[in-house]
This record gives sequence, C-alpha cells and structure tokens, in this order.
Amino acid sequence: MEKFVKLTSTVVPLPIENVDTDQIIPARFLKATNKDGFGDHLFADWRYNKDGSPKADFVLNNPTYKGSILVAGKNFGSGSSREHAAWAIAGYGFKVVVSSFFADIFKNNALNNGVLPVVVTPEFLNEIFQSVSENPNMTLTVDLENQTITNNATGKSEKFDINVYKKECLIKGLDDIDYLLSKKDLIEAYEASRTF
Amino acid sequence: MNTLFDKIWDAHVVSTIENGPTILYIDRHYVHEVTSPQAFNGLRARGLKVFRPLQTTLTADHNIPTLHQDQPVKDPVSRNQLDTFEKNARDFQLPLFFPMGHEKNGVVHIIGPENGFTQPGMTIVCGDSHTSTHGAFGAIAFGIGTSEVEMVLATQCILQTRPKTMRITFDGKLNKGVTAKDLALYMISKLSTGGATGYFVEYAGEAIRNMNMEERMTVCNLSIEMGARGGMIAPDETTFAYLKNREFAPKGEEWNKKLAYWKTLYSDQDAVFDKEYTFDASEISPMITYGTNPGMGMGIDQTIPTLEQVDEAGRISFEKALNYMGFRPGEKLLGKPIDYVFLGSCTNGRIEDFRTFAQFVKGKKKADNVVAWLVPGSRKVEKQIHDEGLHEILMEAGFELRQPGCSACLAMNDDKVPAGKYAVSTSNRNFEGRQGPGARTILAGPLVAAAAAVTGKITDPREFLS
Ligand code: SF4
Repeated sequence: MEKFVKLTSTVVPLPIENVDTDQIIPARFLKATNKDGFGDHLFADWRYNKDGSPKADFVLNNPTYKGSILVAGKNFGSGSSREHAAWAIAGYGFKVVVSSFFADIFKNNALNNGVLPVVVTPEFLNEIFQSVSENPNMTLTVDLENQTITNNATGKSEKFDINVYKKECLIKGLDDIDYLLSKKDLIEAYEASRTF
Repeated sequence: MNTLFDKIWDAHVVSTIENGPTILYIDRHYVHEVTSPQAFNGLRARGLKVFRPLQTTLTADHNIPTLHQDQPVKDPVSRNQLDTFEKNARDFQLPLFFPMGHEKNGVVHIIGPENGFTQPGMTIVCGDSHTSTHGAFGAIAFGIGTSEVEMVLATQCILQTRPKTMRITFDGKLNKGVTAKDLALYMISKLSTGGATGYFVEYAGEAIRNMNMEERMTVCNLSIEMGARGGMIAPDETTFAYLKNREFAPKGEEWNKKLAYWKTLYSDQDAVFDKEYTFDASEISPMITYGTNPGMGMGIDQTIPTLEQVDEAGRISFEKALNYMGFRPGEKLLGKPIDYVFLGSCTNGRIEDFRTFAQFVKGKKKADNVVAWLVPGSRKVEKQIHDEGLHEILMEAGFELRQPGCSACLAMNDDKVPAGKYAVSTSNRNFEGRQGPGARTILAGPLVAAAAAVTGKITDPREFLS
C-alpha cells in the first residue's frame, strides 16, 4: 500500500447524502475476477448513459473539478458490504473521502485499500461545498500525522479522529496484510506453542 | 468462569495490538469461487504463497449449474470465474480443492462438516456470511470480506475486534411437526434481523441438546440473519459421535487427545454473558415468513400483523414488503397457492432434510401446479439419498433430484424463480430479488416445504401427522 502522510489537492464535490455502495459500484460488476478497472465503473449509473456515453451533468465528467479528494454528503457508503466499492474509489484515484458521516463497513474497507475517510462536522462540510462553488480550484490539506484537515480557501482547520493502529498503517504504507506479514515470527511461535 | 466463546477465542490470540484489534489465528479456511479471485491476485502481486495450504479447503458452489454438471458451464462469465478458481488452486498448490463434479464437491458449509474438516474448538472463516453454520460443532466460525480472505491465505491470521457474547436458551421440547428451522425462524422473528448485531451467540437448553448435528447446523446457520457475528453450541456426545471416523477427523491416539480437549469446551456455570434470552421450545409452531427479511416470520396458522400492530417508524418498509409479496396486512396465508418449492442450501440441504422431506411425501403426489427443485447440498448427500432409497420415494411421488450447489438460494446460476411467482424455500434469505428478479420467497423448514409441494398451497404439515 502507498504511504499516506499529508496531501494537498483540489477536490471533487458530490453534495449528495446517503450515497450507497450500489451507486458507488452497481451489482452487475461483481462477477469480475480481479480488482482492476473498478475505477472505470465508479458511479457507473450516474456517470454514463445506457449507450456508454458520459452524462455531461455528472461531476466526474466535468473537467472543472479534479483532484484526489472526494467530498460527499452525509452517510457515505451505506448498503451492502461489497469491498468492490472501496476498490472503485481507490481505482479512480481518490486518496481521501471527506464526509460528515460514513457507514462502518465502508470505512474499514476504504482503510484496507489505502483510502482515508475523514469525518468533519456538518458546518465544515458545508463550508467546503461553499468554497468549491466559489472557486473550483480551492484546495484542502489533509495532515494525517496531526489529524487535521484545512480548508485553504478560508484557512479554517478541524481535527479528525482515526484509530491509532490504522493511522500507523497508513503513515507507514502498511495494510493489514503487511502488518500480519511483519508478524510472521509471532504467528509461527504461536503455532509451535499450541498444545491442543 | 469463562464462556465457550472466551475459551476458544483466548486460545487463538497470537497477540493484541494496543488500541487496536487482535491477531486471531485461524484453524480452517474455506474458500469458494466468488469471493476469492481478487485475494489470490493480491498474493500474486506480493509474490506470496498460501501460508498453510492444508488448512485451506476449496469448493465451487455459488456459481455452478445444478443440471448437466458433466458438461462445460454454458454461461461464459460463470465459467471464467470457475476456471480462475481452478487455476488459483493449481498455481498455489492447494490439494484440498473440490471442483464441480468431485466426489467431495458441494456447498462450502455442508462439505466442511461432512468430511470432518470442521471440529470443536476451532476458529473457522470463509468469504461467506453463513460460515456461522460451523459453530454447531463448538467452533468460532464467521464470514469475512475479500481483503480478509487474502490475509488468511497469506498468514493464517485475521485482525478482529472481540465481539460481545449472548446466550439464547431454549427450554423444553419441540412439538411434533416442528423443525430446527422453525425454531430459528421463531427466534429471528422475536429478536428481529438486527437483534444480535455486535454479538456472538451461544445456543443452549434442552431443545438444542436434543438436536442432531444437522439440526444444530441449521440453527447456527441462521445466526447471521439476526445480525450476529456467529452462533455456536457446546460440543457433546452427539458432536463426537458425528465426527468419529470422518475422513479428516483425528484418528487413534490423536482422537483421544483431541476428545479430552473438546470435553473442556463449554461455558462455565458462573460464566457471564453480555446478554441472555430464554424461550420455551414447546411454544413454537411450524413457521413461515410473509415479508422480505427473515425477521418477518409467523406461525403458519397465524395472520400477518395489521398496520396498527406495526410501530409507526417501521410501517413504510412493512407496507413496501407486503406490496412486493402481494400480501395484505392482517391476512392469513394458510391455503394460499404457491408455484415453486426449493429444498436445499446450507440451511436445509443436508441428508436429514431430505429424509424429513421424503418421509412426508412418501405415498403422496407432487401437486401439478408446483415446480420443485430438490438440490442436495453436496455430492455426498446426493449419494446418501440414493443409498438410503430416498430417491425412489421421491421419484414415485413425482419429484426429481438436481445436482449439488447453492442453486436458488442466491440464484446466481440458472435456478431463478420467475418474477411474481411464490417460492416456499428452505434457504435463508427472502430479500427482494434474492431468488431471481421479482421472485417472492416464503422461507420455511423442510416439513412445511414438503406439505406445500404435495398440496400446491401453504399447508400446516401437522394436518398430516397423526
Ligand atoms: S447455499 Fe446460499 S447461503 Fe449457503 S453458501 Fe450458498 S449462497 Fe451462501
């Protein structure tokens, strides 16, 4: 997994609430046998017409907005536990998703795939949407070490929470598998010590 | 003063991360074709091997047809997933691989126990939520996501936060005509689909002790439908007798050693659970569901709740469910015509279920208006159906047997119930579209399914029992 320490980027605003995993990645894409290419299907039904042409009014198809931070409305990632949703977000190139509330399973799946979910207050979220609408080139800075997010248009900052273990994983670029692999000696010692 | 859960969990902790999860060692990993391909790709990308190949059992089940298994699979997307599965088993040198047609092939939660892979005191995972089934042997068994499948393949461990514990006790005996499935549907209707979220459940009491292993598996299987992480039952003589001489169960001296350990696996008298429920088993009737989640169940002779009986917050989804099902509030369902019967799945696809079904339909005839899919949970179950002469009984009554697989439980293959049709199903989920787009699922046990299959309508099986 790539390391994540600090990131400053323009943002892609998605001011919709309750974006569920069926919207993030529709069910018909689940018969795949690899994780690649899910980024192409991210928000497929919002993003493309039936004939595959892009829908001009969807934010991912608007060249004004780009960047590796997705800012979304409350309760992002609800619904089914499909890990494919996190693969789609990461595959598209997002490193951070900002919202005022995340569904539990999505949060874990995102972290397992190197995407940092940042929970902000509803006021802070609204201010971001406000700043973007005034200037699409505004940037956010996410500092994982200090657990702060800054709206560089207004200069305002907020602290965010993250599990100590998960923070360390992201900073070191380790995912759970790397972490477990680094404990192989412990695991083998455990196996050797078993008496039952 | 430990619970059964505590004893097994504590014995599998490799270490605990401060302010973080536990590294939990996994004894047995079951793998199927749908949730594993990305995990194997992950191993390839990191240049890793499977850490403990002999603790990994693979079977193809979700995506396979239940007819003509000797021929190539027609659907190219399904075939690709199955071919990929086989390639992964080969590339990663996993000998316990049971593809379609193999004598040990079948639904993952059925082949595990029947071959003796599942044993008391184990930790067991699989990329499938009904892994809770294996808890019937006194094991900690639960479903995981694809990243976690990769972790277990790579390290035989998983990172987990310890769940809370719950005990559900069933005092008394089940009445005649009432099955383990009825007990489980009754429990879920009382606790609701979210009632055990965050908990690991232990089932106890006379009614549970009296059950054979097949019945215990049915109960543990459905734990997930009330939100529980898993369900488990302390092992006893019934468990040991089931396991003895199974192919992958311990033998000789090893058996004696294990048996001594297994006998220590029970909740101590003074063990404290985070939550406890007690039910009277003799109050349970044959059950059916009327809605679109497994918690919407009732005694087969009862009426669907009226709008007034549903609390206000739940009314919109209650009405939406009834609309989908084509039922009305306050309605009785006895006597309603049905179209399909599905006997099978990891909930009710074991030999006991086929014995129950066959015994009931013996000397009767399948109703003309019913399409019946009888799908054994495994090749071994299929063979046993033949060996015990159940096949003739079923044929005489006008039924045909299909080949093993998940089949209409999730309708990923061709076994889809057409839109608007009613299916009395022994599987585990009655969600909208689960058995095919627009399909209307009525969950029930094997006896209710048998009664529906011969009468063509929702029928109380007790009417036929003298
Ligand atoms: S039978 Fe149904 S619930 Fe069981 S493993 Fe197959 S799809 Fe899952």
